[in-house]
Amino acid sequence: MSANFVYLAYLVAAVLFILTLKGLSSPMTSRRGNMFGMIGMAIAVLTTLSLTHNVGLIVLAIMVGGTVGSVVARRVEMTQMPEMVAAMHSLVGLAAVLVAMAAFNNPVAYGIALPGEMLHSSNRIELFIGTFVGAITFTGSIIAFLKLSARLSGKPLRFAGQHWLNLGLGISMLGFGIAFFLSPSWTPFLIMTAIALLLGVLLIMPIGGADMPVVISMLNSYSGWAAAGIGFTLNNNMLIIAGSLVGSSGAILSYIMCRAMNRAFLNVILGGFGGGEAAAASDDGVQKTYRSGSADDAAFLMGNADSVIIVPGYGLAVARAQHAIKEMSNALTSKGVKVRYAIHPVAGRMPGHMNVLLAEAEVPYEQVVEMDEINNEFADTDVVLVIGANDVVNPAAKNDKSSPIYGMPILEVHKARTVLVVKRSMATGYAGLDNDLFYMDKTMMVFGDAKKVVEDVIKALA
Amino acid sequence: MSGVVDPFVMNLTVFVLAIFIGYHVVWNVTPALHTPLMAVTNAVSGIIIVGAMLAAKPEEMDVGTILGLVAVALAAVNVFGGFLVTQRMLSMFKKKGK
Repeated sequence: MSANFVYLAYLVAAVLFILTLKGLSSPMTSRRGNMFGMIGMAIAVLTTLSLTHNVGLIVLAIMVGGTVGSVVARRVEMTQMPEMVAAMHSLVGLAAVLVAMAAFNNPVAYGIALPGEMLHSSNRIELFIGTFVGAITFTGSIIAFLKLSARLSGKPLRFAGQHWLNLGLGISMLGFGIAFFLSPSWTPFLIMTAIALLLGVLLIMPIGGADMPVVISMLNSYSGWAAAGIGFTLNNNMLIIAGSLVGSSGAILSYIMCRAMNRAFLNVILGGFGGGEAAAASDDGVQKTYRSGSADDAAFLMGNADSVIIVPGYGLAVARAQHAIKEMSNALTSKGVKVRYAIHPVAGRMPGHMNVLLAEAEVPYEQVVEMDEINNEFADTDVVLVIGANDVVNPAAKNDKSSPIYGMPILEVHKARTVLVVKRSMATGYAGLDNDLFYMDKTMMVFGDAKKVVEDVIKALA
Repeated sequence: MSGVVDPFVMNLTVFVLAIFIGYHVVWNVTPALHTPLMAVTNAVSGIIIVGAMLAAKPEEMDVGTILGLVAVALAAVNVFGGFLVTQRMLSMFKKKGK
């Protein structure tokens, strides 16, 4: 097959990938977009297959990987999406490293060196970049996966001189990269890869559980840049375009997540927060009083309201209460109550996670409203039900300049007429902060497991 | 100006333009679909499979081709897993998305 034809096929695939992302601008067009993506990938794979000699083995490898991927995709729980995504980032990272090694092993086969020649100097730099980004993505994503699936504590791991160690490793990695550039051989290549693998672990370990939405977006971005880097090495436009699309997508998501948490990106990357250092900052020793009530009280208040806004947090998903909450809002709607859901950008463990969880529970899409759109409406709302959320409704973010979360955009539920908070206990949220919302006169705490409470409310409403 | 343009410069051109497209397209993605966005970009980053297939291309097997085949299998997990899980999520939005 002629090289021109191959590149034209890659162009078609690239356009289809762009349409895939474009389709996600609305749920109506998103499925068609995903279909475009599959077609694009099929075109890219079939075109490349026609260039290879080992068709049988390659198809076998695709079938093995494809089967694993399909089974996982079918079985994964929506609450586990962040883990699955992290695991998949690590695969891209590892694949990038393996391809880089293969390219270095036999550059002639890739057409990036003439027989008997060394790898070109510019290709060496690109190979170095593709490899270390891939290696960091690989091990960093594994750590993120372990943290998200609670196999590893979400607490940030920190020790003295951590940043200096990382800096030292980074510089030595660069040193071996230069050595590789000057005389390409396996020794510096493997050493720099090993250092990059170690760096991936060290960079993600100190980042706390609450910052995981940023980390996962960042690794998403890295996996794209790794693919693009390999594309530079192989002079392959397909890899460069698809890799850049993914890279910029992940970068934008990281930015959106940082903004939603009012955190500087660098600050998140360097670790901290989310792990208790800030705890008890506002504890002034005065015993504050709060009002608590039963599920029946909550049902009475909501049943007699004109409008109810539900603020779901990750605690709702942990308690598997999505379906119960859907039933509850149905019961309320049939009583003529206007029910809506308010979503904070970091509700859940990854960008948009809560929307998926609610969609799975068949909550109508139009009842689910993003933070910016609904914040003006809390003042006109009778009852807000906060369930499994804490920091994202903490008024200290608006009022208390000394609070560590000051400036973080929040759902302004404290403006509503009545606030119901379903919680297991008075324990603090991820940021380890007390929440003044719980002590307001208009607030009623309902203690208990989210699912149990919601089920009791449904009974009381009937 | 004379001579042949270095492939690196051509690559860089494509790279920069693709970032611009990605930037503009992704800002238009509705926040409700950010999780499917991440899942589908996971599938798209499985494009590394193209590089892996080229690594597994030569007729005579050696370390490189084996590494390539392993990479093909890894990337295939992403391609299939990513697109299918995205499909699954999007169909949840569709059911009552009217």
